[in-house]
Amino acid sequence: MSVLTTTSVRRVTRQKRLFVGMIITAVVVALAIVGPWIAPYGENEIVGKPFTHSGSFLGTDYLGQDVLTRVLAGGRSILVISVLATLLGMVGGILIGVVAAYVGGWFDEVVMRLNDVALAFPQILLALLVLSSVEQPKWWMIVLLVGASHAPRVARLARGVALGLVSRDFVASAEALGESRIRVVIAEVLPNMNAPLLAEAGLRLTYSIGMVAGLGFLGFSTDPGAADWGLMINENRLGLLVLPWGVLAPVIVIGVFTIGTNLMADGITQLAEKGDDS
Amino acid sequence: MTSVAPDETTPATNGPACSVDGLRVALTGRGIDVVDEIQLVLEPGEVVGLVGESGSGKTTVGTALLGYSRLGAFIERGHVMLGDRDVLSLGWKDVRQLRGEEIAYVPQDPASALNPTIRIGRQLVELLELRDIGTGTERDERARAGLAEVGLPNDDEFLQRYPHQLSGGQVQRVALAMAFLPRPKVLVLDEPTTGLDVTTQGMVLDTMNQLCRSHQVAALYVTHDLAVIANIADRVAVMYAGRIVELGPREALFDEPAHPYTRALLDAIPHLKQARALSGIPGRTPGPGRRPEGCRFHDRCAYAIDRCAEAEPELYDVAPGHTARCIRIDEIGRWDINLGTSHDTDPDKSRDVILAVRDLDVFYGHKQVVHDVDFDLARSECVALVGESGSGKTTISRCVGGLHRNWTGAIDFEGRELARGARRRSDEDRKRIQYIFQNPYLSLNPRMTIEQIVKRPMKLFGIAKGREATDRVVDLLEQVALGPGVLKLQTNRLSGGERQRVAIARALAAEPDVLVCDEITSALDVSVQGAIVELLEGLRNSRGISMLFVTHNLALVRSIAARVQILSGGRLVESGPVVEVMDRPRKDYTRELLANSPSID
Amino acid sequence: MAQVTTEQPAAATTTTEPPRRRSPWGAWAFWLARRLGLAILTLWLVSVLVFFATAALGDPIRAILGKDYESSPSRVATLEDQLNLDQPLVERYFDWLGGLLTGDLGTSLSNRLPVSELIGDRVVNTAVLVIVSAVVMIPVAFGIAMISANARGKRLDQVIQVILLGLAGVPEFVIGILLVALLSTTVFHVFPAVTISAGGEGPWQNPGSMVLPVLTLVLAIAPYVARIVRSTLLEVLDSDYVELARLKGIPEGVVMRKHALLNAIVPSIQVVALQLAWLAGGIVIVEYLFSYPGIGASLVDSVRNSDIPMVQALSMIIAAIYVGVNLIADVLSILFTPRARTAITS
Repeated sequence: MSVLTTTSVRRVTRQKRLFVGMIITAVVVALAIVGPWIAPYGENEIVGKPFTHSGSFLGTDYLGQDVLTRVLAGGRSILVISVLATLLGMVGGILIGVVAAYVGGWFDEVVMRLNDVALAFPQILLALLVLSSVEQPKWWMIVLLVGASHAPRVARLARGVALGLVSRDFVASAEALGESRIRVVIAEVLPNMNAPLLAEAGLRLTYSIGMVAGLGFLGFSTDPGAADWGLMINENRLGLLVLPWGVLAPVIVIGVFTIGTNLMADGITQLAEKGDDS
Repeated sequence: MTSVAPDETTPATNGPACSVDGLRVALTGRGIDVVDEIQLVLEPGEVVGLVGESGSGKTTVGTALLGYSRLGAFIERGHVMLGDRDVLSLGWKDVRQLRGEEIAYVPQDPASALNPTIRIGRQLVELLELRDIGTGTERDERARAGLAEVGLPNDDEFLQRYPHQLSGGQVQRVALAMAFLPRPKVLVLDEPTTGLDVTTQGMVLDTMNQLCRSHQVAALYVTHDLAVIANIADRVAVMYAGRIVELGPREALFDEPAHPYTRALLDAIPHLKQARALSGIPGRTPGPGRRPEGCRFHDRCAYAIDRCAEAEPELYDVAPGHTARCIRIDEIGRWDINLGTSHDTDPDKSRDVILAVRDLDVFYGHKQVVHDVDFDLARSECVALVGESGSGKTTISRCVGGLHRNWTGAIDFEGRELARGARRRSDEDRKRIQYIFQNPYLSLNPRMTIEQIVKRPMKLFGIAKGREATDRVVDLLEQVALGPGVLKLQTNRLSGGERQRVAIARALAAEPDVLVCDEITSALDVSVQGAIVELLEGLRNSRGISMLFVTHNLALVRSIAARVQILSGGRLVESGPVVEVMDRPRKDYTRELLANSPSID
Repeated sequence: MAQVTTEQPAAATTTTEPPRRRSPWGAWAFWLARRLGLAILTLWLVSVLVFFATAALGDPIRAILGKDYESSPSRVATLEDQLNLDQPLVERYFDWLGGLLTGDLGTSLSNRLPVSELIGDRVVNTAVLVIVSAVVMIPVAFGIAMISANARGKRLDQVIQVILLGLAGVPEFVIGILLVALLSTTVFHVFPAVTISAGGEGPWQNPGSMVLPVLTLVLAIAPYVARIVRSTLLEVLDSDYVELARLKGIPEGVVMRKHALLNAIVPSIQVVALQLAWLAGGIVIVEYLFSYPGIGASLVDSVRNSDIPMVQALSMIIAAIYVGVNLIADVLSILFTPRARTAITS
């Protein structure tokens, strides 16, 4: 397994996309985490009339709350939910995909057929479906829904990569030695999937952010009054002509965040391609 | 044995067809040469063999004749004269015009060289169409005639096929026909018979030979296989690390090789008619940028002296028309082919059978691929399984190794029947029979270090742990001629030969009694193969390990095995001691196989 | 360099008999029927998922009535009756499924009108939006990919790559809003921010108002397509048979067209299909953003109002589009791959 040595750090910094992506992502994440503590006002504090230039330089929102504060405070929930959903999707998808590839046979067929059904859903649809019969979604519901919509896609990728690996000679060699099945999966197959899985994780994170913020934008939030980037966009749409920052600030932050994570994911892919010279 | 005597009646018309002078190809942006100081002359109707192992630069030279270099390299200087024109100084439009019409190329991998989405009939005439040569009907006729010349059917149905509907040999012959169609003056062939069966290879080579002689085409045959060259080339050029190290007529080169590298190569090549003690060349081939100062071979040369490291030698004359790039050619004496000769195993030696295969039938799904095979293996003995692709040799070896479960019959190991499939076997059985795979680039986990790889069997079978295990690993690596420096490395830093040694070390770590070797040298250069064989012979003698050696190379069998099983279509055709089967074959198939196997002697 | 002889099961490769041909139409029909069958099976399973996700989770009545749940038990009773909540779940499912197949999509809970009436026009509107977007996206993405592939390694290629990469991950509503801000409100005032369409007439009759939604969708999916097509092109251009074509002396233009393009088509079709299928979901947010009168916006409203029959019907339509597009992509891929084609007919 690759260790964080000076060589690997150097490789990362030389890889422009990965490096830039990581910096951008780190900045946004830091902002989201530290934001509420450095915000000038309270999240729900009314600092002036709606859509005016009161408060800090970004002005106020539809209720008169300070936009800058709400932007600083509105990232945490998106961050947490997106990361958890990505994790859930990755773990679930990898489990399904790798096991299906390894076991093969009819098990693989059945699992993949079911997976195809799950794949027949546009990702956001599942969330909407469930939200239609639930009044006030809990945060963990969103995590589950978004994660569940990722899992089949991750499973398809994981299975594809694993299929290429399970028929390789070094896996056959481990089997000939009599290694336990679990060990074969964990020590032989999975470590060789590092790069595509990491890249996929970066991609999934990008989509998670988009979806969670999107759901907020559509008006489905877990906590209506709280600051939330996606929800803010929806709340302040009316003010677009008057004082656009209520909308534009969260939009730009979300955009920058997804650019960062996407750059990271692509950078990982590039790094893997370069380093894989066997 | 396929040896075609060069046609005596080839008059040299208007001088050489192609002459290369001072060619240098370098890596873009780094000033490092891939090949340099290349000088060659090709006469019409002549076949010149360009021989080299991987990393020698032979393919680069081949494509440079067409004014082409791969991405990442460029032709820095030199002249490639076709008649009175210098290919390298023409504009690219003119070069393109030359290609196909004056100088043609037959690629290495037939399957990937033809466009999978275009029917072969169309691909054949493509060039003629583009150059507006002849009318539609004329082109069609020529295409059909061309196919007939290479021994392929030329009916409509065949022309309508896609490349994937042809066998490997057929595709290669189509590529040959395609190259000859516009009647070029020079032909560059890049290992065109790699991966083909020996019989098919013989056919393709014969075809090529005939076409060249009859159409007075000058051919440059690029290959790593000296045995093939021995049968078809008029003159031979040997390349090492980007230089031509020896150049001369075929007989001279094979009977009196001057350069130490050529000699070492010839020492590593097995013969059909005689067992030899094969040996390799220490070290590995240096890539561009890593070549030593002075003579590029001196760090691996048995005859090197201090002066060799000072400056790169010129090509010195050994005899008329025969040159070699070495300062010591007068000092190192004559090469004697008999120095490497060893004895065939005595067929009447007593045998202590350790593994016996009885009535073996193997299936893939419902299809039976191996029928009723019997043979046995004794202690300290090497038995070869020989056949072409599809003969079932690898399948049988996989069953013995426990990698394939779908078989009936019995495999007895020390009197006990082995279970099908490695998982069902006892630890003891799994430990004592070890399997080594063909492709060293795929048989080792790229994420593990060498130490982890070789240690694993020790842990699994409870042979050693921790510190003691590491010591044993170092010991094993030394036995396979790898130093302890590779312990912490991952496989991507090792060459093919080194990886295969690691695979052998891993197998040895389990302290086996039987090694099943599945074409373990087919993917390796000839000198590397020699070294591996040397290693295996040593292990067999010192540790008493038995070996089941799967190969398609009959000459190799002579030098490594005591007994041989000849397989075809999943059935045992002939079996017995190597000496008897190869000197006095009883079955026609065996005779054919022996006749088609290219050999040096 | 590496000489690897691959062992194949005996007698599998060295045959040179001509490929057998059953009646090609029969073989194709059979294969098509299998694919269709699978698609239908998938859709059926999707319907199960849709139904049970909406009907089984939470309390739909509570969701619909919200705060009124406590205060009007009579409405609760009416709704219960309407939704047939007393029947077992499975029975309700088959009732619903039967209705779907016969064209009765149920009655909207918010409007008391048949669902089919309400969505008829909207389906058309969305179809127009999707088709226009696709028609614009494909040449744009392919064009950029070819330019980029041609300029491989140079400045232009690198710049394009970075832009595409940046755009590829950005959520569609971010793109949409930035476009609105740029072109509609703050910077320029060129296009309307909201789709203006009088009742009854399709939004395409006011083309100006379609520009932004189409532009948003195109910018959302074109980058990914362009990147994949570019890398496919590069892969093909680096392949052995293209190299041989050049060594045969074939002019570059012909190499591009005849040899490279055809081989690059199949992976390109797959990625285009993937993105078009994504559109089925992406329109939800975009239509909502621009108040475009299509099924996406309708879905959002229905979900908000917990109008279960609408949600179910719209979800099925969207899923059907998704499955359908993938099916077409499959068929086209096979058509363009001779190896797969011959495998079917023999």
